[in-house]
Amino acid sequence: MYFGKLKEAKGVVHINESWCKGCGFCVNYCPTKVLVLSKDYNAKGYHPPQVQDAELCRDCKFCELICPEFAIYVSPAPSDGDEDKETHGA
Amino acid sequence: MNVNANANFAQDNPMSQFLRMERMPHIWCPGCGIGTVVTAFAEAVKKSGLDLDKIAIVSGIGCTGRTAGYVKLDSFHSTHGRAIPLATGLKLANPEMKVVVFSGDGDLTSIGGNHFIHAARRNMDITVVCVNNFTYGMTGGQMTPTTPHTANASTTPYGNYEYPFSLPFLADACGATYIARWTSLHARQISGSIKEALNHKGFSFVEVIAPCTTLYQRRNRLGDGLDALEYYQNDAEIAHGLDTRQVDIDYQGKIKVGKFVEKQKPTYLDNVNQHYAQVIGDEYELYGKTTPEKEAEAKAKAESAAKGAV
Amino acid sequence: MVRKVKADPKGVLEGPHFMDGDHALAEGALAAGCRFFAGYPITPSTETAERFAERCPEVGGLFIQMEDEIASVTALIGGAWGGQKVMTVTSGPGMSLMLENIGLACMTETPMVIANVQRGGPSTGLPTLTAQQDMMQARWGSHGDYRVIALAPDSPQECFDLAIEAFNLAETYRVPVLIMTDETVGHMHEKVVIPPASEIEVVERNWYTGPKDQYKPFKFGAENYMPGPMVKIGDGYRFHITGLVHDERGYPQASVEAGKINITHLIEKIDSNRDKIVRFEADQLDGAEVVVVSYGITSRIAIKAVMDARKEGIKTGNFRMITCWPFPEKQIREIASKVKAIVVPEINYGQMVLEVERMAAGKCKVISVNSTGGAVHDPNEILAAIKEGRS
Repeated sequence: MYFGKLKEAKGVVHINESWCKGCGFCVNYCPTKVLVLSKDYNAKGYHPPQVQDAELCRDCKFCELICPEFAIYVSPAPSDGDEDKETHGA
Repeated sequence: MNVNANANFAQDNPMSQFLRMERMPHIWCPGCGIGTVVTAFAEAVKKSGLDLDKIAIVSGIGCTGRTAGYVKLDSFHSTHGRAIPLATGLKLANPEMKVVVFSGDGDLTSIGGNHFIHAARRNMDITVVCVNNFTYGMTGGQMTPTTPHTANASTTPYGNYEYPFSLPFLADACGATYIARWTSLHARQISGSIKEALNHKGFSFVEVIAPCTTLYQRRNRLGDGLDALEYYQNDAEIAHGLDTRQVDIDYQGKIKVGKFVEKQKPTYLDNVNQHYAQVIGDEYELYGKTTPEKEAEAKAKAESAAKGAV
Repeated sequence: MVRKVKADPKGVLEGPHFMDGDHALAEGALAAGCRFFAGYPITPSTETAERFAERCPEVGGLFIQMEDEIASVTALIGGAWGGQKVMTVTSGPGMSLMLENIGLACMTETPMVIANVQRGGPSTGLPTLTAQQDMMQARWGSHGDYRVIALAPDSPQECFDLAIEAFNLAETYRVPVLIMTDETVGHMHEKVVIPPASEIEVVERNWYTGPKDQYKPFKFGAENYMPGPMVKIGDGYRFHITGLVHDERGYPQASVEAGKINITHLIEKIDSNRDKIVRFEADQLDGAEVVVVSYGITSRIAIKAVMDARKEGIKTGNFRMITCWPFPEKQIREIASKVKAIVVPEINYGQMVLEVERMAAGKCKVISVNSTGGAVHDPNEILAAIKEGRS
């Protein structure tokens, strides 16, 4: 079956800690709970997000969209060679 | 490990073609909704397939007014309330352009209210995005024409005793031909609506209810940005096509969102050209033809001349 | 870089006409290549807007009646960066409304022409009667330190001529140019000769042609602070302009240093080119005991007084300012060092006379022949002042 070949999209989260103002939007509204607020502070004194479980990211980019600081984005995870490239990220 | 501490974050960020990254980080407060709307706008432009060189953005003054300075398009940071007349000038001088106004509620509907209603009345072919945070942020949290009745502002320290504007209703009454409203939590929907607005011919208006954490939220003890998004999540109701008379917002009440109006009507320039063509006749040369239109016309003229010669 | 070309014949209504100053302003603008007019009705300037509205479809231009004067002048900023030569016209109350955005035009170095057909003020004042009461407002009305250029025509013919000149100056210096005419000139019908397009020189916009990613909208020249070239929207430069203090890229810079560079440029591009900008007419200044300094419609009254004084044997010079701002400082200073008195008639309570006094700096008497507005002077009032000046 065609659907059998489909695989879940995976993303890589990129965070610019220095631009983050710690609003927590990305953490709270990530549908798969990839992120948590770090216990560390950035230079401005905010807690930036950090990835708690990278495997959970489905490349939906909602964090990228909701982030008011342009401080986070997601790129598609490089596909594993043995998988069907055509369906990747579908 | 699927996480990158990217040294080239600014360049690799998908927003880099769209923002003046050298100006980041921006001046907006933690939890402010404006940045989200800017990203949604960028997504809308990307999805629309429009040429970035053919979009101009105009802002007035205030927090939202800073948008023009961050967006890497032909961008104009004008005076308080005057984004729409400046946009009108741009559009009419160069009708090939998509002209977008990014304004806050105070800028657009208080000091700039007259321009708003008249641009809507003319069905001027521009897109107006209003980030409505119910307050003047830049000057310190004063009451605006959209501050809900009873809400606290620095100039209504005992609560607001005025009646607010319902912006979709105002725009509708004045003749706007595309009207949508979302909250800043509805990032994808904002993006979808702005994309439709960009492709709409005529005066299109997208209102986005967004948190002002430092002033509106704090003065009213409503918590931070996350609390505002939670309110939107709980109390925003999607109601596409709802009569705009029914979309006013009470203090912390339900927020009707969705696409309320979409209709076709000749734009200001359509009317200029149609009217003159009618009353003056063939000798009237249409104003503001696009380059492809001019080229097609020249070609047709040359062809008909060639035929005539035969 | 100033590039002059011949006027586009399409906008030139060649030939002799009998028209008023307001209409002549519109014709001058069209001859100069202006194809974008945004305005709002106000007596006694409305005829210019009406003329433009009528002529627009004939010349491929656009007229829009905006919702107010604030919108009108702001639309010009958009129109100019949209690539057009732009104009509006107004009178006192409308001028007051425009001032904030004239400041924006100065700050963003946007060329435009604004005609103020002056009427009596303050407030609604004397809408249908003449005045020269907005001369200081023209110079100082918007907030902050800035410079504009202001011209004062004394006849419908000069309304036509100076409208072209105003556009040329606006393009050369990237600055709003004000045409400070008045109700009398605006509504006076006279012969106006419009020359053929081949005899009209217009300054083309100084378009930038370098690499797109290197365009800096506010980079100015090393010599005399001359402004740099412009681009228009839609050509891929993705430029930014702002009313905030900015650097040469147009990016806001909230610093003392940036402000110093920015504001010095706005001022010096006019002040250090004063000699190139200032236009005047001088007659019999050599050996004069008294010189009458005037502008606009008042010059035409003054000439009668000057001739009467000469008949009575008083050596009287006549100096007519065509450019009021920048003020002809050098010329007035020189006159003041040689004469007994300068007489300054104006249809106001004494405005440009303050500049004359400043230049005279006590070297000669300065006599203001002022009025509360509404009518031109009786030449005898000026003659009396000339006699007083000689004594």
